Amino acid sequence: MTMLEVKNVSKSFGGVRANQDISLNVPEGSIIGLIGPNGSGKTTMFNSVVGYHPIDEGNIRFEGQEISKLRVPEIARLGMLRTFQQTRIYGEMNCMDNMRISAPDEGGGAGLRHLFSSVSAEIDEHAEELLDFVGLHSKRLLLAGNLSFGQQKLLEFAMALMRKPRLLMLDEPTAGINPTLINGLIDRLRRANSEFGITLFVIEHNMRVIMNLAEHIYCLAHGKMLAEGPPEEIQNDQRVVDAYLGAS
Amino acid sequence: MIKNIAFVVGLLLSLAAPYLFPTYVTLLAFVWLMVVLSLSWDIIGGQMGYNSFGNIFFFGIGMYVSAVVQRDMFSSGVDRFADVAGGVAVRLSQSEYFISLGVGVVLAAVICVLAAILLGMAILSMRGHYFAICTLGLGIAAGEIASGIDYIGAGSGMVTPIYPEGAGSREAFYYYYFFALSVGTFLLLSKIYKSRFGLVLNAIRDDEDKAEAMGLHTTRYKTIAWSIAAFVLGIAGAGTGNLVGFIDPIDVAFTGATFGVWMILTVILGGKGTLWGPVIGAVIFYATKEFFWTYLLGWQRVALGLLIVVIVVFFPTGIMGWMRERWPHRFGERVEEAS
Repeated sequence: MTMLEVKNVSKSFGGVRANQDISLNVPEGSIIGLIGPNGSGKTTMFNSVVGYHPIDEGNIRFEGQEISKLRVPEIARLGMLRTFQQTRIYGEMNCMDNMRISAPDEGGGAGLRHLFSSVSAEIDEHAEELLDFVGLHSKRLLLAGNLSFGQQKLLEFAMALMRKPRLLMLDEPTAGINPTLINGLIDRLRRANSEFGITLFVIEHNMRVIMNLAEHIYCLAHGKMLAEGPPEEIQNDQRVVDAYLGAS
Repeated sequence: MIKNIAFVVGLLLSLAAPYLFPTYVTLLAFVWLMVVLSLSWDIIGGQMGYNSFGNIFFFGIGMYVSAVVQRDMFSSGVDRFADVAGGVAVRLSQSEYFISLGVGVVLAAVICVLAAILLGMAILSMRGHYFAICTLGLGIAAGEIASGIDYIGAGSGMVTPIYPEGAGSREAFYYYYFFALSVGTFLLLSKIYKSRFGLVLNAIRDDEDKAEAMGLHTTRYKTIAWSIAAFVLGIAGAGTGNLVGFIDPIDVAFTGATFGVWMILTVILGGKGTLWGPVIGAVIFYATKEFFWTYLLGWQRVALGLLIVVIVVFFPTGIMGWMRERWPHRFGERVEEAS
């Protein structure tokens, strides 16, 4: 079943045509990759999907529902979350508080009573489990802003899991993380997919990572869809190689 | 334990203050007022990270609303109006005075909350400097507009009703008014900051885009936060009009240059985004200010200006922030290995 369907989406910024006629599908339960050289329109694509800016043309459907007119928080509440290329965490709060505030509103309601009550013990427990899952349990009482960049990425990932999304869109999850940690992260992404049932849609520059992780890859270049297919096919696609190496 | 004892002793001292220091009752009432203003400013200025220069707007609105209710509630009819003309204050009986004050305070709080909701929808979508400048305009505009409305005395101001005889001392009454308001606000905020709402405010402060991306109803939360501040400010304004006895639109009600700025400075001095920071900052600031006004008369504003520069340059994170940087362990920041 298709979870996210992007159909003929175009987006321009002034004279720059960042996305032209892009179509792609993310099936439920899958791990899908999005690659492309710098400036090829990957992040624009992500921003369009999560409602960060309106699109010029096309349709975006999440679980069958048209979402191209919805705004960021509304889309997030439907169960589609994104992480940021420039990692974003709440720097002046400790890791536990970062996790606590990422828990979904129970019962979908944001009633005043719920708002002014303290965070429940189950949420605390779940937060600790997830921090343990990403290997940050011992740092849970430190201010998030004092963590290293790589640790902040892991925290952001854990926060996203805390929100219990159906689809998680990751913008370069391994950028700035050291090679040893990367293997651990790939493993955790896989487990998030298989154990928690979260569909993943990943932008990634690290070819080793994305080829290992994704089952289907889309490649953008100059705002257009250049190629798509399973990792082996993409790896051997001459157009993709040219785009990355800069051949014309 | 020691902390709790100190807290109780402080409370008892504050309760006995009007009897211990009868000559300073008005001054001490203003200290509590400063504490209330600082605490209320910190809700959105510190905890939520929205620097508002316009919170004095709600202070002034509350003052006028209450004063009008007190003036008009028991004085309908032409005969009572004749008494009021020419700036003469209304003379009320004891019960009339306190009933109209009670109604005035409640109405002041309610109208301030409504104003905060309406204004919030309009300007809380602005961020950073834009929000700050916009709120700055708000306070100034309100003062100018109030100066032109005859119903509330226009530029020549309004006199609040005379405090009834036989009801004890006016100063002591308003001392306890502001003392109770301070304690109430403090307890309310300490509860709020521990709740989920406190986390929401901090999240908006640290990264509002992230908060939105995580699906938080940021606009709703921002409006609620501003409403809480407006609620407290309305009650504070209502009391201040009566404590001062005369409401000038620019120098007493919408007094951006004094209380409007001071409530921000006290929070910066004490430490933004902390519960105790505004309290500590307010007390130290007000004591220092009074010292300047008493011993450096003629140069008091220069000295205060210098103090402000010193605060901003040397204590950018405030007293509490400085302590937190120095002793992070005391504030719970530590690495904790699994046992």
